[in-house]
Amino acid sequence: MGEFEVHRVRFFGLVPAGVRCLACQPRGGRLALARTDGAVEVYNFAANYFQEKVIPGSEARSVEALCWAAGERLFGAGLGGDITEYDLARLCPARSVDGCGGPVWSMAANSTGTQLAIGCEDGSVKLFQVVPGGIQFERNLDRRKGRILCLSWHPSDTRIAAGSIDILRVFDVCSGQTVQRIMVNYHVQKVKRECIVWSIAFLSSGTVVSSDSFGRVQFWDWERGTLLESHTISTSAVLSLAVSEKEDSIIVGTSTGATYQFQLLPVKMGSLEKRWVRTKPFQHHTHDVRAVAHSSTALISGGLDAQLVIRPLMEKMQKKGYDAALRKFTFPHRRLVSCARKARLLLFQFSQHLELWRLGSTNETGKDGEVLPLCRMPEHLVQLKSKGPEHIYCSCVSPCGSWVAYSTASRFHLYRVQYEGDSISVKKVPKVPKLLLPAYQLQFSADSGSLFVASARGSVHVLQLLEPGGCKLLHTFRPPSGSPEAVYLLAASADGHWVAAVSGDWAIHIYNLKCFKHHCAVPAYSCAVTALAIHPVTNNLVIAYSDQQLFEFSIPEKQYTAWSRMVQNCGLHRVWLERDSPITHITFNPKNPSHILLHDVYMFCVLDKSLPLPDNSALLMNQSTLKQLPENARQRQLHAFKICKKFQPLLFADLLDENCLVMVERPIMDVKTQLPLPIQQKKFGT
Amino acid sequence: MAALCESFTLCGLGPSGGVGLGGGLLALEPGPDPDHVLLTDRGRTATLFKVSDQKPLGCWSVKHGQIITCPVVCNFETHEYIAVHDDKVLRIWKNKDINLDKVFKATLSADVYRIHSLPNGGPVVLFKGGGVRTLDVLLEAPQQEIENIITDEVIKWSEAFMESQQPVLIFATEKDGEFFVYIRKLKVNSLHKYKLEQQELSKPLNFTAYIKNQTITLLCLYSNDSVYKVLIPLQQNTEEEEQILSKSLLLNLSVSGSVLKGTSFVVLDKDHIAVLGSLAASGEESKECLTIWNTKFQTLQTSKELPLGTSGQLWCYEEKFFFTHGKVLTVIMYKCETSSLAAAVGKLKDSQTPEVSSFVNWNTLGDEELVVSFQSQQSVALKSESRMALRSKRTTVAKAQPDTVSVGQLLLNLKDASTTAFEDELRQLMSKAQTPDFQATIGCVITALINRCKTNPKYYPRNFLLQIVQTRDLSYSLCPDLMAVALEKKDVHLLQICLQRFPDIPEEITYACLKVFLSISEAYLQRIDVNLESVICYIDIEFNNKEVKTEIVENGFNAELEQDIWDTNTTKEIHRTADGEFCPVGPQKAALLNAVLHSAYSETFLLPHLKNLPAQQAVLFLRYLYYLYVKCSEKINTTLPGICSPSINQVMDWMCLLLDAHFTVMVMLPEAKELLSNLHKFVRAQVRFYSELNKIEGSLRELQRLHHQKDSQTYSIEVLELI
Repeated sequence: MGEFEVHRVRFFGLVPAGVRCLACQPRGGRLALARTDGAVEVYNFAANYFQEKVIPGSEARSVEALCWAAGERLFGAGLGGDITEYDLARLCPARSVDGCGGPVWSMAANSTGTQLAIGCEDGSVKLFQVVPGGIQFERNLDRRKGRILCLSWHPSDTRIAAGSIDILRVFDVCSGQTVQRIMVNYHVQKVKRECIVWSIAFLSSGTVVSSDSFGRVQFWDWERGTLLESHTISTSAVLSLAVSEKEDSIIVGTSTGATYQFQLLPVKMGSLEKRWVRTKPFQHHTHDVRAVAHSSTALISGGLDAQLVIRPLMEKMQKKGYDAALRKFTFPHRRLVSCARKARLLLFQFSQHLELWRLGSTNETGKDGEVLPLCRMPEHLVQLKSKGPEHIYCSCVSPCGSWVAYSTASRFHLYRVQYEGDSISVKKVPKVPKLLLPAYQLQFSADSGSLFVASARGSVHVLQLLEPGGCKLLHTFRPPSGSPEAVYLLAASADGHWVAAVSGDWAIHIYNLKCFKHHCAVPAYSCAVTALAIHPVTNNLVIAYSDQQLFEFSIPEKQYTAWSRMVQNCGLHRVWLERDSPITHITFNPKNPSHILLHDVYMFCVLDKSLPLPDNSALLMNQSTLKQLPENARQRQLHAFKICKKFQPLLFADLLDENCLVMVERPIMDVKTQLPLPIQQKKFGT
Repeated sequence: MAALCESFTLCGLGPSGGVGLGGGLLALEPGPDPDHVLLTDRGRTATLFKVSDQKPLGCWSVKHGQIITCPVVCNFETHEYIAVHDDKVLRIWKNKDINLDKVFKATLSADVYRIHSLPNGGPVVLFKGGGVRTLDVLLEAPQQEIENIITDEVIKWSEAFMESQQPVLIFATEKDGEFFVYIRKLKVNSLHKYKLEQQELSKPLNFTAYIKNQTITLLCLYSNDSVYKVLIPLQQNTEEEEQILSKSLLLNLSVSGSVLKGTSFVVLDKDHIAVLGSLAASGEESKECLTIWNTKFQTLQTSKELPLGTSGQLWCYEEKFFFTHGKVLTVIMYKCETSSLAAAVGKLKDSQTPEVSSFVNWNTLGDEELVVSFQSQQSVALKSESRMALRSKRTTVAKAQPDTVSVGQLLLNLKDASTTAFEDELRQLMSKAQTPDFQATIGCVITALINRCKTNPKYYPRNFLLQIVQTRDLSYSLCPDLMAVALEKKDVHLLQICLQRFPDIPEEITYACLKVFLSISEAYLQRIDVNLESVICYIDIEFNNKEVKTEIVENGFNAELEQDIWDTNTTKEIHRTADGEFCPVGPQKAALLNAVLHSAYSETFLLPHLKNLPAQQAVLFLRYLYYLYVKCSEKINTTLPGICSPSINQVMDWMCLLLDAHFTVMVMLPEAKELLSNLHKFVRAQVRFYSELNKIEGSLRELQRLHHQKDSQTYSIEVLELI
C-alpha cells in the first residue's frame, strides 16, 4: 500500500491528574469521577465506558467527594467548603452553596437521594435537603472535635456513620445525637501514631465497615460498639472502600496501589453462617488508590497515577464480550492535540496553558522501520498561559498555523500568530464576539477563513476570521428541534460547504454553510459518537461510535453509503469490536479517497475501503504476517484494515501530506517519572 | 424485501407435462415429510420427490387404460397416499407398496372432484356434485349415496382449512358466467352459498384463499389483470340465504405501462403475493415471468423471466415455488421479509443471536442416563400401544408436542425415524434457542448420530458432522466415538478439524490419526477437501497443484508454465533428495500432519503407540519434520508464517519423540541413513551458530540498549510501511 514518513512525537508533556473520587450512579449506568485538579468526568457504562462528559477543573475548586442524588443530579464538595451541583448538559458547575463548616472532606447522599450529608473540617456533620433547583441547609448533627473524613448512611436513612481521626461515630438522624462512639485504635497497644479512618460503610445488617491508616479493614457491630472482624491487609493505609449494592462484596484500595476484594461467603458449603473473606488481590496501580467503586458487574478503582481501572467480575459475566475485558483508562477520550497540516505545527493543550511546536524535517528516505537523520530539530515556538483559575476546555490551531484559539469556562480567546523568519509574534484578537460560553470544541475551516465554535444547547457559532487580526460572528446554528445538551464534537468539510456537530444526546446535525441552514440529521444510533470527520473528496461523513461501529453517511444524498450498508451487513471483525478504547480521531488521505485513517490509544489504522472486509476467521492484525509473505501470496491475505500498533499510547495521529504522518505518543513511563515516588515496598531478595 | 433466490430443476417432464394450455401437471401436493412433494401428472403416474436432493423417492402408476383424475395426496397422520382414478375408484397405499393394483381399493358412488388432506384433520373428499365427506366416513361405507348440491354448476377451485378443530371446505363454481362460492363446515354440517359480485367484461381466472381470525380471505385473479379481495366471515347465522359477496381491489398487476396477464397466483404472507403470468408491454412481445408483488405498497418487488414458457400453474410450499418451465419442473426459493423502512435504509439490526457461553452446564450432562430411563418407560408404552391395531396410529409422539419434550426423549423418538427425517430433526434441534445446556445437547446429538452410523454402516452424514464440529465448541470427551468413526471412514477432513479443535484427544487416537494420514495416498488426498490454512504460507501450492495454478494466471502471462515441466521432473526426485529443501509430502498431507503436530499430548503416553508406526511411514514423517525444521530456521524469529502453522518447539519435540521411538529401526534402515546424516549435519550447524551467537550476546545486548536509547528520544522521523 505504501510507506509513510512518520514524525514520532513524544514531547507532549501531558501529566493527567490523579483520580480523587468516584461515584456510581445508583441503579444507573454512569460513573462520575473527580480528579485532583478539580475536573469532573462522567463515564457511560452502556456506551462501553465511554468518557461522555468532561467538566474541566479550576484552581479555585477542589473536589473531595462526589455523589449522585435525586436520580440524575451530580453534586460535588471540596476543600473550598462549597457544595457544587454540576450541569451535565452544559458541562459546567451550575450552582454552589457554602457548607459553612470549613473545608468539606466527605459527602454522602441517602438511599432515596433526597438528603445530602457533608463532613466538615470543624467536626460537624451537616444535612442538606435536595430540592428542585438546588439544595437547602436542613440541620447540624452533634458536633465534636476532629475533621469528618468519611460518611455513610444506613440504608434505612435513620443513621449516619462518620469516620474521624482515631474514632468513628454513629449519629441518629432524627435526634441529631451521637448514639455510638468507637475508638478504632483501642486494641492497638502502645501506639503513638494517630489512626485515621479513611473510609466507612454502613451495611443494612447494622455492621459498620471501616478502613484506616493502619492498613486494616474492620467490621463493627454499631449497637454494641464491638469489633466483629479485623483484617490487616496492608502495612500502609487503606484509603478507600466501596460496597456492592447487594452488600455481598467490598472493594478496598490501599496506598501501595493494590486493591482487594472482600466477599461475604458461607463458612462451610451450605452453611447459613457467613463471614467476610478477602478473596482477590489486584495490583493495577502504582500509587495511592484514592477512590474505588463497586458496580453491579465490576470493581472500579482510580489512583493518583491517573488510571481508572475497571476490573469485571467474571462470575457476573454471561458471555465474553466488551464487558468482560479489563479496562485501563489513563488518557482522556478526546483530543488534546491539534495540528496545522500546512504549517506543520502542533498545538498541545494542558490544563492551564498551550504549547505550539514546529515539527522537524529530514531530507532522507529509507526502508520500513528505519529512523531517518534529522536536518531540522523540532522547535518549541510559543507557550500561551491562560490567566485565571479556570482550566482550558478546548483549543485549536488553524491549518495555516496563523490562528490559535482556546476557551475556558467563561472566556474565549483568539490569537493571531505571525512568523517572520525565526521570530514569532502572538497578538491577541481584541473584541471577540460575545458567545454562549463555554466552548466545548473549536474547529477551523480548511482554508483557515472561519472558526466553528461548539457551544451549549446544541448550538454552533460560525466566526469569520478577518485579516490582519479580527473576527466577527457570522451565524449561529441550532438544531431545529432544540437540544439542552452541549455540542462536543465538530467536523467541517474541506470545501467549506458543510459542518457536522454532535451534541451530548448523541444526535448528529449537519448544517449547510453556504446558505446557513440546517441540512439534515444523521439517523439516531443508540451509542455515543467518539469521532467524526467529513471526507474531503466525497463529502461523506465517517462516524465512529463507542461500540466500535463505523458508519459512512453521504451528506449530499442524506443517506448511508453503500459501503456503510455493506459493513453493517457483513459486520466488523470480532477483534475490532472487542477493542476497549474508542476511536478518537478520523482523517483522510485526499490523494487516496478510499482510505480512512483512524486511531485509538493503542493502534493506528488505515481503512482501505477498496479491499474486502476481513471475516472472523482471518487475522485482523496481519501486518507482520504480510511482511513475511512473498509478494504473490500477499494478495490473497489482504483486507481492509491495516493496523499498526507500533506507536503506543497514541494521543493523536494525523496526515500531514500524502505520505507523511504525525503521531503523538505519551509513553506511560514518562508520565510515571512525573509522579511522586510510590511507597517503597520490600521485595524478597532485593 | 422479497427476493427470488437460486433455482434448480426438480425433474424433467414427459410429453404431456409440457408447456401450454392443457399441458402441465395435474397437481403438486406436499409429501409426508417436510421437503417432500407429491407430483401427479395428467396421465397415470404419481411421484414422490425429496426437493433438496432433487431426487425421486417413489413412483406409482395405475394400469394402462386407467387415468388418475384427482391429485394424489398424503394423509399426514398415517403417511398413506390416496388417489382416485377414473373418477370413482379410490386407492390407498403406503410407502412400501409398489404395485397399485394390489393396494386397497374402494369404488365410490359419485365422481370425486378433489381430495384435500389437512395436517391435523385427515383427508376430506369433495365430489363433483358438491358433496363433502371425510375419508373415514367414506371408507365406512364406500357405496353410500352422495347428495348432489349443485346443479349445472361446475367446480372451478376448492380449498380446505382447519378452523377451531374442524375442517372447513371452500369451493367456487361457475354457471353461465356467474360465480358462486360455497363454504362447507364438516363438523356442524353447515353449508353456505354465496354469489360473487359480478364484474363487467371480466371474470375470475384463479382463486386462492387463506383463513385468519375466523374469516376466510378469498383472493381472485380476474381477467382484467387485477387481484380482488373478498372477505367471508365464518360465523354466519343467517341460513340458506344466498348472499352476494362484495369484493375490493387489492392489486393492479401493471407496472409502468406493461401489464401482467396472470394465470395463477399464491399468497406468500400478509403483504406479498406471487403471480405467474405473461408480462406484455405495448408493442412488445409478451414474456412469461414469475413475479412477487407487495400488496401493501402496491409495488412489484421482483420478477424472473421464464423464456421457455410455463403451463400457467404455480405451487408454493416451504418457501419454494414450483412450476413447469419448458420441459422441466423448476423450483425457485424465495425470501420474503416484512417490508419496513428500517430495511430500506439498511438499518435493520441483524437478528443474529448473541454469542452463547461455551461453558458446559454439567448438571444436564446426565441426559444420557435420562435416555436410559426413558427407554424403559417407552418400551412399556410401546407394547401397550401396539396391541391396539389402529389403522391411523400416530407415529411420532415428538411431533405432537415438540416444545415440551426433552432432548433425550426426542432423540429416543428419532431412533427409528428415517435418515432424512432424523437429520432434519437434529438440525432443527440445533437451530433451536440457545439454551444454557446447549453444549450438552450437542453432545447428545452427536452421540445419536454416531450410534446411527455404527448400526448402519452405510450411513455417514459427513457434512452434517463437519458442520457441527466446525461451529460448536466440542471436546473429545463430549463425543468420544466421533473420531473413532471418522477414523474408520477415513474422513481426514473431519479428523483434521477435530485435531485442531478438541483440547483433550487421547494419545492413542492422535497416533491413529497420524497413521491414517501417513498411509493415505497423495492422489487420493488431492481429491479431498482439506483445510490448507496452515501450509499455504510456506509451501507453494502452485508448486504441486496444477489446478490452482491456472486460477492465478494474471494478465495472460503464465510464469509458472515454464517451471511446470521442471517441477514434474523434480517431484519424483523429492523423496530421494530429502535435504529439507522440498516438501516431501503434498500440501494436503502436510496440512493434516500439522494438525497432528498441533494437538496436545503427553510423551509418556504417546511413545508406546508411536513405536508401532511402520518404518517407511516413520521415515516419511521424519522427513517432513526435518523439512519443517529447516523452514523454521530460515527465519530469524524461527516461526512459520500463517495461521495454525506448527511452532519450532512442536517440530523439535515430535522429532525427538519419533527418533526415540524408532531409534533402532532408523539405524538399520538404509534409506534413513542419508536423512539422519543430513539431519545431524543441520542440527550441528545450528548448534554451532547458536553457540557463536551466545558468544556475542554481550555485544548484541549493547546494540539493543543503543536502540532503546534511540527509542527514548522525544522526537524522531521513522519510516512505516503498511501493506
